[in-house]
Amino acid sequence: MMNNTDKENFLWAAIKIGLLGGAVALFISLVGMAEVFSKRDVVEKTMTLGQFVLLAISVASGLLAARRAAALLDKPNAASQAAAGLVAGFFSAAILTLFVIIGAKINIRTVFLNASPGLYSMLTLNQGVSGVWILSAAGAVSGLLGALSLSLPNAVRRPLFHAILFIFFMALFSGLFRVVMINQSGFWEKTAKYLFSQTGMTRPGAAIFFALVAAISAFWSAKGQAIKTDVANLPKGGQIGLRVIAFAVIAFIALGLPLVSGAFIAQVIVIVALFILMGLGLNITLGFAGLLDLGFVAFYAIGAYTVGLLTSYGQYGLQHISFWAAIPLAVLVAMAAGFTLGLPVLGVRGDYLAIATLGFGEIVRLLAGSDFLAKYFGGPQGIIGIQKPCIGVLGEFTKVDVPRVCYSLFDAAKPGIELGTPQSIYYIAVASAILIAFVSWRLRESRLGRAWMAIREDEDVAEALGVNLIQTKLLAYMLGAAMAGLGGAIFATLIGSIFATSMQLIVSINVASLIIVGGMGSIPGVIVGAIALIGLPELLREVSEFRYLLYGATLIIMMLAKPEGLWPSKTTQRELHHLDAGTSAE
Amino acid sequence: MTAILTTKNVTKRFGGLVAVNSVDFQIPDQSIVSIIGPNGAGKTTFFNCITGFGKPDEGEIIFEGAPIHGLRADQISHLGVSRTYQNIRLFAEMTALENILVGQHTFLHASWISAVLGLPSVRKEEKDALNEAKRLLDFVGLKGHGDTLARNLPYGAQRRLEIARALATRPKLLLLDEPSAGMNPSESEDLTVFIRRLRDEVGITILLIEHHMRVVMGISENITVLDYGEKIAEGSPKEIQSNPRVIEAYLGRGAATEGMEDAHERHQKKGG
Repeated sequence: MMNNTDKENFLWAAIKIGLLGGAVALFISLVGMAEVFSKRDVVEKTMTLGQFVLLAISVASGLLAARRAAALLDKPNAASQAAAGLVAGFFSAAILTLFVIIGAKINIRTVFLNASPGLYSMLTLNQGVSGVWILSAAGAVSGLLGALSLSLPNAVRRPLFHAILFIFFMALFSGLFRVVMINQSGFWEKTAKYLFSQTGMTRPGAAIFFALVAAISAFWSAKGQAIKTDVANLPKGGQIGLRVIAFAVIAFIALGLPLVSGAFIAQVIVIVALFILMGLGLNITLGFAGLLDLGFVAFYAIGAYTVGLLTSYGQYGLQHISFWAAIPLAVLVAMAAGFTLGLPVLGVRGDYLAIATLGFGEIVRLLAGSDFLAKYFGGPQGIIGIQKPCIGVLGEFTKVDVPRVCYSLFDAAKPGIELGTPQSIYYIAVASAILIAFVSWRLRESRLGRAWMAIREDEDVAEALGVNLIQTKLLAYMLGAAMAGLGGAIFATLIGSIFATSMQLIVSINVASLIIVGGMGSIPGVIVGAIALIGLPELLREVSEFRYLLYGATLIIMMLAKPEGLWPSKTTQRELHHLDAGTSAE
Repeated sequence: MTAILTTKNVTKRFGGLVAVNSVDFQIPDQSIVSIIGPNGAGKTTFFNCITGFGKPDEGEIIFEGAPIHGLRADQISHLGVSRTYQNIRLFAEMTALENILVGQHTFLHASWISAVLGLPSVRKEEKDALNEAKRLLDFVGLKGHGDTLARNLPYGAQRRLEIARALATRPKLLLLDEPSAGMNPSESEDLTVFIRRLRDEVGITILLIEHHMRVVMGISENITVLDYGEKIAEGSPKEIQSNPRVIEAYLGRGAATEGMEDAHERHQKKGG
């Protein structure tokens, strides 16, 4: 009798997990994600990205249900776990099945715009309503597979999981790899055509990657620990040598990348680098000093407008100085703006500070785009004709709308190097990001950095210990603003024109999100956060449509699962480790 | 004996409530002085007035001959007044050493630019500061805990770290707000010895708020009693113990036969 109630429990739990998975599947179908994703292949002629995602939900449901069953049952066995997986998988597809059947009878498209014929045919593999059994069966089988994967030994399951995950990401980025490789022609072009199709990976390509990653993963899980110990046991010279080699490889890739990547990828990296600059700036005010600033984009705008006004050869250009001379001025102006914002909000704390700074951001954007100041800032038309950076000597400014010519440093008759393309701006942006990351690190380790953190922790106590709150907070606003201003300055020259409409509140929110996802106060966290939240959506056309949906999901999941961020600062990491060690010793 | 700190007529109001009511008070240089009184008597508010956490509404506070009642907390700290807190207020997400280093803030002079450039002078300053922080950590008996986050330290260690952080500001006058709270008798005994060492070896004047009568009576040279924001008594431990007004404030009228300490502890239990 007792056993019987247990059994009901675990199957009921499996049904609940399945239905939850089904709800997620239905949701991503109805927002149109499934259909958009199905236009992209994971493996050519075998599986689309949409199918992959839906199946992954069923597999995950099955896996979770099997785990739950193991926890619920007195004597868990493979058969009951498999049953739980099967049930969960079936129910995860059941909601979609029901949806297809209802959709065939009633037109629900008037409510759900994305319930299109394309979605139905994708879900039933073009079989019409009679094909719903495929959907159910696929769900059940995936659930079963998910459950069975639990009983696999770690040495098999892990490489399998890594290989599948790698293929998924490879498929997402296959278009980029393909373009880059085909640009090289010859051997690379042939390889690209062998590995990648127009829309995803070819079957042999997928097989090769699968085998390769599975082998590496298996090798690493078997030998990784030994290799780590070997490296740790190397003499000091050897370790330094390894570091030098690693550094050289990274530097080589970083320097060579724009030469092969083409304009699109270079531009994405530049944008990521600009968000890293903004992120590092906000990391000072928010991450170090704990001062929430929701109008941070204002400083970016001020940096951009300063460069625009100082270098533009269009009608709003005030001066026509070179980009290099304008950069430090832009940084100084942004710093002054940080001071101006900081002064009135010095005594404002917490939520009130967020609102006050939000107002500041909006004021800057509205003023820059207003008709009232249009004769200075161009109003809605913005500032166009921003001079590109020139390595060499700039010719005279002749007349409006004619760029200054860039002459060679050595021979005034020959053209110099004009950094007009995203590939060349790449070097400026990446170098700036590295420089500012270094500056941030030095600041963090300094007396000022400690004072900021003390203010973040408890500003009254910090003050009682001799920290001048006015000075310290103002410096946080000013230095944070300076970094964002530098980002804005590079942005202006990258795009060549700036408009107030691109300085929306959402940019500030993005910057705050990337800091939170990366890990508050952590410098590598800013970089990881910018790559994850800005870089990936820019690179993936499919994803960028659902950018904010995924943002929201990522933020919620992060806060629940890993609130310290993807790459938390060192102390937090060490402390967590320290605690683990402490508990295991006890 | 000269007074290091003198308050004249200090009054602090919160709305209609008079938390501290025209208190005249003196701390002789190089002495150990306690303030006692029932819960809500205005002791911590009085501390806050001295350290600049809230300006007194009336009256004067003179530290080493100069008025400090209009100054900000950081300026008062510069002059040589430091404190600890009743409910520990460490920088929880910073390590023990970093906590102490913040206390040395005033004595470090590196500008942010020189810190970014990593000038040799900055490096030397940081190295010296770190050594000093380690010395202080050692002094309060927390050797080896420097890299632990403050929030992960055990309770007693947190109390000691707070004192180390306060000492890092090189105070002439140290205000300790219930330093023995939550300690067992042997720990309080150690604390008493430690506080005496601070005065005798380092030469710091100590002002205590304390509830443990054994600590108060054992260590203080002078005791001031506050009740409802007013000073009701002042004197040596002996005088205070036999002062009828004090006993009345603690126990209510007619209970003077009971031992003061027992009654006080009962009062604490009732109140807390």
